[in-house]
Amino acid sequence: MTHGEDSTGNYLLAVGTKKGLWLGTSRDRANYTFTGPHFLMHEIPSIGIDTRGGRTRILAGLRSEHWGPTVARSDDLGDTWQEPENGAITFPEDTGASLERVWQIQPDTAERAGVVWAGCEPISVWKSTDGGEHFELNRGLWDHPHRTEWGAGYGGAAAHTVLPSPSDPNTVHVAISAGGVYRSSDAGQSWEARNQGISAYFMPNPLPEFGQCVHKVARDPNNPNIMYAQNHHGVYRTDDNADTWLSIAEGLPADFGFTMLTHPRRSGTAWVIPVKADGERIPPDARLAVHRTDDAGQSWRALTDGLVQPEYNVVLRDAATVDSAEPAGLFFGTRGGTVYASADEGEHFTEVLSNLPDVLCVRAAVLEA
Amino acid sequence: MFCVSERPYLKPEGETVGEVNVLVPRLLQSLVGGKAELRLEVGEGAGVGELLDVIGSQFPVFGRRLREETGELRRYVNIYLDGEDVRRMSGLQTQATAGQELMVVQSIAGG
Repeated sequence: MTHGEDSTGNYLLAVGTKKGLWLGTSRDRANYTFTGPHFLMHEIPSIGIDTRGGRTRILAGLRSEHWGPTVARSDDLGDTWQEPENGAITFPEDTGASLERVWQIQPDTAERAGVVWAGCEPISVWKSTDGGEHFELNRGLWDHPHRTEWGAGYGGAAAHTVLPSPSDPNTVHVAISAGGVYRSSDAGQSWEARNQGISAYFMPNPLPEFGQCVHKVARDPNNPNIMYAQNHHGVYRTDDNADTWLSIAEGLPADFGFTMLTHPRRSGTAWVIPVKADGERIPPDARLAVHRTDDAGQSWRALTDGLVQPEYNVVLRDAATVDSAEPAGLFFGTRGGTVYASADEGEHFTEVLSNLPDVLCVRAAVLEA
Repeated sequence: MFCVSERPYLKPEGETVGEVNVLVPRLLQSLVGGKAELRLEVGEGAGVGELLDVIGSQFPVFGRRLREETGELRRYVNIYLDGEDVRRMSGLQTQATAGQELMVVQSIAGG
């Protein structure tokens, strides 16, 4: 399937949907050549693109309604796929659990070659040291005493965000729906809830230690103690490694939403895509808009150029991403199956795919020439 | 028509007394070497779960498509033994005997 002119190039865009995976390459992040659907009739809730070590590996979390979840990988941009015979992510027998869905696949930093993290349903965090071919369950989080009190968001109960600290290999943050933010400072042996200031308005105590439904967290590229969170109502920033969170929702048309993105190099820049409210899950006024802050959440600016209006579909938590190019590319897909790309940090968008199944995950990378 | 495989599959324990035919759904045939039908040699009192263990030992990915890590059948996978849903009998403990047919079918699910 080709959209636009022949544009095979060094920008890769991966779009996971409810019924398959599409892979596109482009020279300009506006005109793409796509292949797909790969894995027709499988939902693709998670994609990891690992460009470390001189090769591009695509890891895809698949899930068939009939045949269950698995992780497949491709080292040739989707021409062929491999799957470990016994599965990349399988629960140890003593847990009595079975994998439901892989929600996030997150390659670690360039310095930690081979390390890939995964967040899964049931709520669990996994670590691979062989490039995502096999993952090991993090027992510290699995055995956490809060586990019995964690709840489920509408989409399921999962650890959906894993953020290894680039500066400290012992520090990792995860976000759980519905459990909130947890931090490990000892390489995953133990985990502490870190939700002070984040609202859980749907609970009897609206500011509990844990139980928040944090939808997505993203880390500042230069200061690992600064993170941004899109909550189930509420947009926050922490400046102290998640010890406390401050509201930065003022200036947004709504404080609900699923996405949170930070710039690959520039501190203070983040993007959200607001949704009107928990009970009205459409863009505010049915006007799709990306909102960007360049001052760490003190102010926000709506970016709409190129977005088709009206829009009644939302953008899910992993259906938006940035790449590492200069200027940064911004990409997202809606539950209505429209995928947009911006080569200029959101100033202008191009519709690059349309009428797909619900978009669940979007990832982008810059390939070596 | 189903093509009939060679008979590489053997019940691991006990004396074998005959074969059970396993019909593989089209979507999963690539995971068992392209076969539409597998033949398993079985002994007296072989449980359906044991037969799946044998198949899964030779075709692990196929085995994972049918069952969760706990060994339970996936929710939308049905297995019929001579036309009877094993869930309506004794589940994976249902005993299969030589000459019977085991059919793997995906149930209606999704949208």
